[in-house]
Amino acid sequence: MRKLPWVSMFIIGGMVFAAIFAPYLTPYSPIDQSLPDKLLPPFWEAKGSTKYILGTDIFGRDVLTRLLYGARVSLIVTGLSLLFGGGVGLAIGIASGYIGGRLDSLLMRLVDAAFTFPAILFALLLAVTMGQGLDTLVIAIGLLLWAGFARIIRGEVLALKQRDFVALAKVHGCSELRIMVTHILPNVMNTFMVLITLNVGAVIVAEASLSFLGAGIPPPTPSWGLMVAEGRGKISSAWWLSLLPGIAITLVVLTFNLFGDWLRDRLDPKLRQL
Amino acid sequence: MQGYIVRRLLQGVVLLVIVTTIVFAVGRLTGNPVDLLLPEEASEEERQAMIETLGLDGPVLEQFVVFIKGAVQGDLGVSIRYRQPAVDVFFSRLPNTLLLMPAAMLLAVFMAIPLGILSALRRGRLTDRVSGTIAVLGIATPNFWLGILLIYVFSVQLGWLPSSRMGDWSHYVLPTITLGTFLVAGFMRLIRSSMLDILDSEFVKLARIKGVTEMKVVWKHCLRNALIPVLTLWGVFMGGLVTGTIVTETVFAWPGVGRLTYEAVIFRDYPLLQAVVIMDAVLILAINLVVDILYAYVDPRIRFT
Repeated sequence: MRKLPWVSMFIIGGMVFAAIFAPYLTPYSPIDQSLPDKLLPPFWEAKGSTKYILGTDIFGRDVLTRLLYGARVSLIVTGLSLLFGGGVGLAIGIASGYIGGRLDSLLMRLVDAAFTFPAILFALLLAVTMGQGLDTLVIAIGLLLWAGFARIIRGEVLALKQRDFVALAKVHGCSELRIMVTHILPNVMNTFMVLITLNVGAVIVAEASLSFLGAGIPPPTPSWGLMVAEGRGKISSAWWLSLLPGIAITLVVLTFNLFGDWLRDRLDPKLRQL
Repeated sequence: MQGYIVRRLLQGVVLLVIVTTIVFAVGRLTGNPVDLLLPEEASEEERQAMIETLGLDGPVLEQFVVFIKGAVQGDLGVSIRYRQPAVDVFFSRLPNTLLLMPAAMLLAVFMAIPLGILSALRRGRLTDRVSGTIAVLGIATPNFWLGILLIYVFSVQLGWLPSSRMGDWSHYVLPTITLGTFLVAGFMRLIRSSMLDILDSEFVKLARIKGVTEMKVVWKHCLRNALIPVLTLWGVFMGGLVTGTIVTETVFAWPGVGRLTYEAVIFRDYPLLQAVVIMDAVLILAINLVVDILYAYVDPRIRFT
């Protein structure tokens, strides 16, 4: 058994803490501008001051403050999209695997199609037609997720379906829906939780990429991807604007991936092949 | 073999129909398509003409037929920003993307195969750990940020390489690394794990007992089989590659299809975006078909199932 991933848990805990308590951790606003203080470097550079530890952006907003609030946006979007996309995938996987037949082959063709075609393109289409916002973003990222969940959950359900307790439930006169909800669902929850954790990293990257491409939460709300995009034009004079949020993204994604690997080995080692 | 290709082709057509239907639905379900398809300053006559040509006052099914008819004939609307047929704009940018994508794939092949084999052969040793760490980092780093980081180090600080636009070979270095990194990481992990399985299999043991040289065992007996999972998962990587070009070309101002996608989003050029999405689907299908044929060639089992 691998030992508990303390470092990962510590970093994830820190991010959640920052997201929840952001307003208490910093005296600045993530949105209000303060133009006299614009483009100050982090404190260790020559012109930096400890007033703004990680410097300020082109509108004089504190970068650290925006990073803390950005953690909040990132976690909210990630949580909602995973619940939405994962939930849809879970429902489709159970229905497809349990009911089988034509429905199964139709749904699995759709899953194949979703794997071949990059969901980011649909996400961009939605952003242009529906306008930018939390709802658009959650639907868009959900589109990215459901197929992976559906395929793996379906595989699990196919095996579960053959088990004695399902046959007994049938003999007992349970309706199909009841069997799916009370007998199949609890047995795939382990796999579902592992899939959720394994996908957190990918969803954070997707959120950041969409924000970077101008299809995420609209400004001035701070989002890490948006911060990277805003700082891109200033890379030669103000490196901290783009590079710091990128470090935050990479660190958090790396951490969640490592934690997901650990959880998978712990709860559901057979997913290892995937 | 012919039956296999025909089957694959049909599957591709089905996917294309799904993609087109979704694009159509997204365009109609949310608000008024005329607002999406015409510039804001369009006159009332232009609006009326648009409604007539697309049959927008008729039932949805008829509108769909008009849309599909147009799509089959290569008419996907007129770009708002470029004021030319969107498909023409797509094709004018396509060659630049087709220069960048193979470069990234070559990088992936030349990095991932040796590294994957090496880490499998030296499982748990230093080489394996180092390349494993690189793979984990490569997967975690979002490529839009990797591109900016590379620009900062190699263009701003060191001044060795150009940071944007096309030009001589030096313009290819940073975009290729940016686009190729996730491929390198993904391929490497796959090749490593399938090499580990194969090194343990009976035919490899037999080859060794027969006295085949280690070089030949690894490169001929193992590698061929280790490449199969890469081809199986090719479709997924291909999707990632298209997504990657959007971000990479945006960062490096590379005048290709990816950059065009970004412009279509930023300027809310819906006709252009819908054309790009559909044409991307065609592009992905074409490349995947080639890979599928290659797959059947490498693994004869595929042809008979």
